[in-house]
Amino acid sequence: MELAHDLGGRVGFGAPVVEDDEPVFHEPWERTARALVYAAMGAHPNPTTSAFRHAIERMDPGHYLASSYYEHWLTAAASVAVESGVVTSEELETLAGGAFPLARPEVPPQVDGSGEQRFAVGDRVRVVAVRHGGHTRCPGYLRGRIGAVTRVDERFSLPDVEAHSTQRVVEGTYGVRFPARDLWADADPHAFVHVDLWDSYLEPT
Amino acid sequence: MTTDHHHHPPEPAPIERRVAALEQLLTERGLVTPDLVDEVNRAYEEDIGPRNGAQVVARAWVDPEYKRRLLLDGTAAIAELGFGGAEGDHMQVVENTDAVHNVVVCTLCSCYPWPVLGLPPAWYKDPPYRARVVREPRVVLAEMGCRLDDDVEIAVWDSSAEQRYLVLPQRPAGTDDLTEEQLAELVTRDAMIGVARL
Repeated sequence: MELAHDLGGRVGFGAPVVEDDEPVFHEPWERTARALVYAAMGAHPNPTTSAFRHAIERMDPGHYLASSYYEHWLTAAASVAVESGVVTSEELETLAGGAFPLARPEVPPQVDGSGEQRFAVGDRVRVVAVRHGGHTRCPGYLRGRIGAVTRVDERFSLPDVEAHSTQRVVEGTYGVRFPARDLWADADPHAFVHVDLWDSYLEPT
Repeated sequence: MTTDHHHHPPEPAPIERRVAALEQLLTERGLVTPDLVDEVNRAYEEDIGPRNGAQVVARAWVDPEYKRRLLLDGTAAIAELGFGGAEGDHMQVVENTDAVHNVVVCTLCSCYPWPVLGLPPAWYKDPPYRARVVREPRVVLAEMGCRLDDDVEIAVWDSSAEQRYLVLPQRPAGTDDLTEEQLAELVTRDAMIGVARL
């Protein structure tokens, strides 16, 4: 089972709602909320984009799906501020005059990472089937599926490690191509999904 | 606050009040400086947006050598026009042809090439597009007004790691007489995400 944010391939949603001449911000509070993330991350002991993303991913699934992008940012900023000891939940709720929902506590996973670059363009690779409970950038819809490496990109720090600790495991990343039919039986035969994946997310076929 | 007899979570305070509460506390603790909100946002309200990407596309249409560099090393070629920075440090440019149509998504959050497109529109960040465009891209594109023949291959790019994607749309027919600046006027944000054709 995947966290609520891991949306690729989920069914039941309607058409995208497109707004003509959409402003950058719809309400002044969105503009402030965006800045508060930068402020709160200034107090984080491990200020990485991965840690910020995971603060959003730890939101209650019902809250995540029912709230807008900038409410996610606000909730992550407040959660980071509370977890970093800068403010308390009680202070926030007193000032706000009501409940202030925060992300659920972090549960760091046991991840070693490969630290390698094992694959080359043209290799067929299988996405590892088992998911840990922490932050990852491997979309759930790929679990156990086979694709072909089309690009070898730079080496980057593995998000699954850096989101949860000050350790860093730097390893290869790849562009990998999957026929949509290999992901969903009812998919378009002329559609392909390209996903960028860390070395640890893959195994040889 | 009312007592919660039915074990439902209490209603959250209005979003504006939650934002104001956090802003006040972080200001008291020295983490929000007076200019911070303007500093992090103003460039995206005034300077950085899809007009940047449109300049890149128009240049590629008129200069084959630039287009070659753009497809080979998007980050460097985009930097030639002065664009780069956060969410644009590792750019991949994918070219539409008669046979292949490209479309960009981030199913896990909302990764988007800020230096060339600005901040993403709401539909790009909301669940329907993120959930569906990987699984039924031709249907979603048609719903958004972009109808593709069944034999046109669709390549969906899920920006799940550090690369950010810009679609290079096809140059419209009948534009041979236009200048580079006039061509840039034709290029839309949606065409550079891949949910429209020009």
